[in-house]
Amino acid sequence: MKDNKLITLGIETSCDETSAAVILEEREVLSNVIASQIKVHQAFGGVVPEIASRHHLNNINPVIDSALKEADITLRDVDLIGVTSGPGLVGALLIGLATAKSMAYVLKKPLIGVHHIQGHISAVYIEHKELEPPFLALVVSGGHTSIVDVTDYNKYEVLGHTRDDAAGEAFDKVARVLGLGYPGGPLIDEAAKKGNPHAVEFKRVFLEKDSLDFSFSGIKTGVLNYLNTQKLKGAQLNVNDTAASFQLAVMEVLTAKTIVAAKRTKRDKIVIAGGVAANSLLRQMMKDECERKGFDLYFPSPILCTDNAAMIGCAACYKYKSGLVDNLFLDAYPNKAL
Amino acid sequence: MRKVIHNELYTKRFGIELAQKLKPGDIIALIGDLGTGKTTLTKSIAEGLGITEMITSPTFTIVREYMSGRIPLYHFDVYRLSSAEEMNELGYEEYFFGQGVCVIEWADKIMELIPQGSIIIRIEYGINEEERIYHITNIT
Repeated sequence: MKDNKLITLGIETSCDETSAAVILEEREVLSNVIASQIKVHQAFGGVVPEIASRHHLNNINPVIDSALKEADITLRDVDLIGVTSGPGLVGALLIGLATAKSMAYVLKKPLIGVHHIQGHISAVYIEHKELEPPFLALVVSGGHTSIVDVTDYNKYEVLGHTRDDAAGEAFDKVARVLGLGYPGGPLIDEAAKKGNPHAVEFKRVFLEKDSLDFSFSGIKTGVLNYLNTQKLKGAQLNVNDTAASFQLAVMEVLTAKTIVAAKRTKRDKIVIAGGVAANSLLRQMMKDECERKGFDLYFPSPILCTDNAAMIGCAACYKYKSGLVDNLFLDAYPNKAL
Repeated sequence: MRKVIHNELYTKRFGIELAQKLKPGDIIALIGDLGTGKTTLTKSIAEGLGITEMITSPTFTIVREYMSGRIPLYHFDVYRLSSAEEMNELGYEEYFFGQGVCVIEWADKIMELIPQGSIIIRIEYGINEEERIYHITNIT
């Protein structure tokens, strides 16, 4: 407790990042420490799970220590512990869970498992104190692409999701074949700024009429086929143009479906969250569309778009206040549905 | 055996037919570049097994399990593993020698772990944009 306010320690280790954060009540961030393994994974062009868990193990204690120090509190001040329990890489999740469980046991404090996507959505609350459900959320990252109707702090209905690759995964794979490196999102975003987005017309996949699902495997194949055709022709490949055209095709689909979903659910607020929500084109397109169609748009600053523990702490506090507390049997659910 | 797959419709037919013959413990190792249709083929195999859940890319979590069909399906994408030993972390033996069918994308990364009797499908691009060539062998 601090000034009679609840203190939550949040822990997130589902993928690349080892993160710990201290949250005051639901929305005030006292600290949010993130140790990224991106440099390690760059060598492999993707997340390497074994490396991920080993580094989480090395990072977790120092990261928690710095989070407490930065927040100027001690472990004794912590009232509850929130941790990502899924989805993610099983070995990586287990490090965070084992840590959170031991702390909850030793400190005799409540333990709250948080769904990673609920975390991403909660990230938006932190910087937009006025935002309250209901609203429509698009959660896009390397592992997820979902349209979610958020009816209350702990009530979610998934209206659509990807049927194959996540949007961020498509960015990683296309960046790889374009020779741009990892992580694909920011690299394609950068390259696209120097390219012509109308140079190549990649097919936009909208699936069946009325469907809010996504498919990004086809556009990845579309880019590969285009590269092969160019190679056979002996034509010079313009990486920036290809990146820009690919990015526009993906963002058009994401934007269009989100707007349709908001209209269908009669929501007047739209939230975009997750790593891909940091993409400059997606932000611009969503802004323009929301202005034109009369929706209020909310998105987190880039640091809260990536995986971080502040969002997990925020979500955990909301769950705790609704009485949604877990016990020490809490397990990792690599394929957990929201 | 060499098989020419003209387009996605043929992939689908091939996968569904293959699924009819599968039994618990069977392993299908898929080898082929990005975009050759490994996930698409897996989706068809799943359909042939009567799986009703949506098959999504396992790239993020390495393995996904589907239990709604005639036999369980374990769908692997081992691209991001840097060595075969890392499969131990996942407890792969329970999958490989279990009661389901395993489909493994990027199987060339863990070839030494693929058991005898597995079906290997090496997928290459064909002459036409949508065409793929399947080279099908058995590990004996």
